[in-house]
Amino acid sequence: MSKQKDFVKFENVDKSYDGKVLVVKNLQLDISEGEFITMLGPSGSGKTTCLMMLAGFETPTNGEIYLGGKAISSIPPHKRGIGMVFQNYALFPHMTVYENLAFPLRVRKIPKDEADKKIDKALSMVSLQGFASRMPGQLSGGQQQRVAVARSLVFDPQLVLMDEPLGALDKNLRESMQYEIKHIHESIGVTVVYVTHDQSEALTMSNRIAVFNDGKVQQLSSPDELYEKPVNSFVAEFIGENNTFNGEVSDVSGGKCKVKLANAEIIANPISVKSKGEKTKVSLRPERALINPKDKMDNIHNGKIEEVIYHGDHTRVRINLLGNPEFILKVPNSSANLDIKLGNEIKIGWNSEDARALDPK
Amino acid sequence: MSSETKQILTTDGIPLEVSLKKAERKNKIKAFLLVAPLLFFLIITYVFPIGDMLFRSVDDKMVTQMLPKTFKAMENWDGQELPEEEVFAAFHEDFIKLVEDKREGKLSTQLNYTKNGFKSIIKKLRRASKKFEEGNYKEQIMAVHKRWADVEYWRAIQRRAPEFTGQKYLKGMDMYVNEEGKIVSVEEDRRIHRVLWLRTLEIAFFVTVFCFLMAYPIAHLLATLPMKYSNLLMICVLLPFWTSLLVRTASWMILLQQQGIVNDFFVGIGLVADDNRPEMMYNKTGSYVAMTQILLPFMVLPLYSVMKTISPSLMRAGKSLGGTPFIAFWKVYFPLTIPGIGAGCLLVFILAIGYYITPALVGGASGTLISNQIAFHMKSTLDWSFASAMGLMLLSGVLVIYWLYNKIVGIDNIKLG
Repeated sequence: MSKQKDFVKFENVDKSYDGKVLVVKNLQLDISEGEFITMLGPSGSGKTTCLMMLAGFETPTNGEIYLGGKAISSIPPHKRGIGMVFQNYALFPHMTVYENLAFPLRVRKIPKDEADKKIDKALSMVSLQGFASRMPGQLSGGQQQRVAVARSLVFDPQLVLMDEPLGALDKNLRESMQYEIKHIHESIGVTVVYVTHDQSEALTMSNRIAVFNDGKVQQLSSPDELYEKPVNSFVAEFIGENNTFNGEVSDVSGGKCKVKLANAEIIANPISVKSKGEKTKVSLRPERALINPKDKMDNIHNGKIEEVIYHGDHTRVRINLLGNPEFILKVPNSSANLDIKLGNEIKIGWNSEDARALDPK
Repeated sequence: MSSETKQILTTDGIPLEVSLKKAERKNKIKAFLLVAPLLFFLIITYVFPIGDMLFRSVDDKMVTQMLPKTFKAMENWDGQELPEEEVFAAFHEDFIKLVEDKREGKLSTQLNYTKNGFKSIIKKLRRASKKFEEGNYKEQIMAVHKRWADVEYWRAIQRRAPEFTGQKYLKGMDMYVNEEGKIVSVEEDRRIHRVLWLRTLEIAFFVTVFCFLMAYPIAHLLATLPMKYSNLLMICVLLPFWTSLLVRTASWMILLQQQGIVNDFFVGIGLVADDNRPEMMYNKTGSYVAMTQILLPFMVLPLYSVMKTISPSLMRAGKSLGGTPFIAFWKVYFPLTIPGIGAGCLLVFILAIGYYITPALVGGASGTLISNQIAFHMKSTLDWSFASAMGLMLLSGVLVIYWLYNKIVGIDNIKLG
């Protein structure tokens, strides 16, 4: 069976709760079969609303959502056959783990022996064999989380939605669950739509990430592209760390542009600027700037070290550079970089293609 | 292990255990002193009156003390034939003493509880006894009235000999000890209490059911509506709660009477004919309607407090897993509200079973409950011991219901808020 390219399709979807404010604006999104796609964004950006519309708990104010080529706006949630993992797990507290998993099978009238097999399989998938007779209250947060995942998969849905499922777990558990969910996704090939506001979660798990802000998808691309090549300054700032310079484009030529800052000029990569005179925000990842560069780089400037924070494997250095007192550098801890001292003047260099001139916003 | 490690000492050399007790003692005394007023209050207002009621309901010393010699003389009487002269003489002696103290009226009241007909013959005996000659009292007393020559009346007196009696309880169940000393039911047409007990249970049961049916959707709405609407609704639920019970009952009288608003409305829309207005008050209907409305908040509040804690995502999960809205409700939501249902039903049922004012005002003859009968004996017949006995029967009924509830649902599952 060939993978369907637009297995889930949002077509011109608008959503408003009060008739005054649009929480989701003209959303276009195609999700292909078997994909792990993450909706990432700050709270209130509309990502959970999109998920709820897909699950059927909210109706789009305008536009249509297609699942497997069929419009689903008029289908009630229980007929959509979409598995869902809720933020606080939503395990049925009065049922055992077994009964929780049996619920979707019973309502589908699957015979008991077949259901038992499915439940066993689902429980072993999340390595919780032997927990079937426990009540959810007797499980730890991580175990409850796994039960919730198992329950969303036990009836073999084509699509599973996860609404910030790891939000309530502590850091270590969250990381191990990230891998676990990723492995489950890889092994059974189900399509997953995952909602989170945690960017590292999104980067580690997803095939593609849709960055939401202000009811719109700001960028939809693979994790590395999102990080390396943000298309606007919101994405650049939301994903990972970022150094910025605000300025005005003074020249665009040959795939490069010159940006005039308050008292200097830098060379950057024009992404969303077209012509001279435009305001812009230049974005540069901390690890792309080097101290005392040996290679030839087209941007080399002097800065003063304002703060040095030791992080073990690397040191973060805050530098006052070209009028930006918040310029951050990540310096690997090797013997070559031992001369980083507070108050020293150092040379900083970077390549112009790493400095992305984005919208000013 | 050496002995030093067994007994741990604090730095100043006192054994740790002693030291701990000493440190805790102050707190324990403080805590006790804090609750002591309440404990005292409970003993005075709860334990003591109930104990007194229990005592009163079985206490039968009055007659025993009024006729001490008679009962002493009766010890040898087998109760088959009329007693011997010895008993009559003793009775005469006791009776003269009572007449001197002007207490023979009380005796007649007491004996009349046991058997009807004592009142008049004691009055006659009092008058006649002034002219009695010494000796052969049996003949003289029997001559006063033919009932004094009836062995049944003497047996009735003998039954009052013990200091304690369970008769009032039997009477509460429409039973009595007959001449042969067996417990039997009274004739069918004289049974009033059993009907009342059954009616009390029936009305309490149906009021609970009606309350549940009405309160469940209200509580659900309260728990799911946005704050600004739910607050308003909550006030609507609580407003009657803050109004005097008497006022609410009176307003139901205005609504339900034959010329009342509800009847006018029915006539107005042509549901009933003007000359055939249904009676909705002074019968069971009145009790049902008014009690349901008055007890409704007691069902709404526990239900609401439980429903408030049920995450809406559970219903969503139920639906997303493929359950129809009904299945999601029935399998997920409803079982989670059972603690609230249990609390509400228990509360309403127990309150309804002892309800007094409302049935007294709108219940009429066919809508009154056992508590009205208790009040009747407290205020009108002044048979306090009987009222106490029925009160205790009611209390034990409630305890039985509580026990049953605990067996079936489990009292830990209850949630009042």
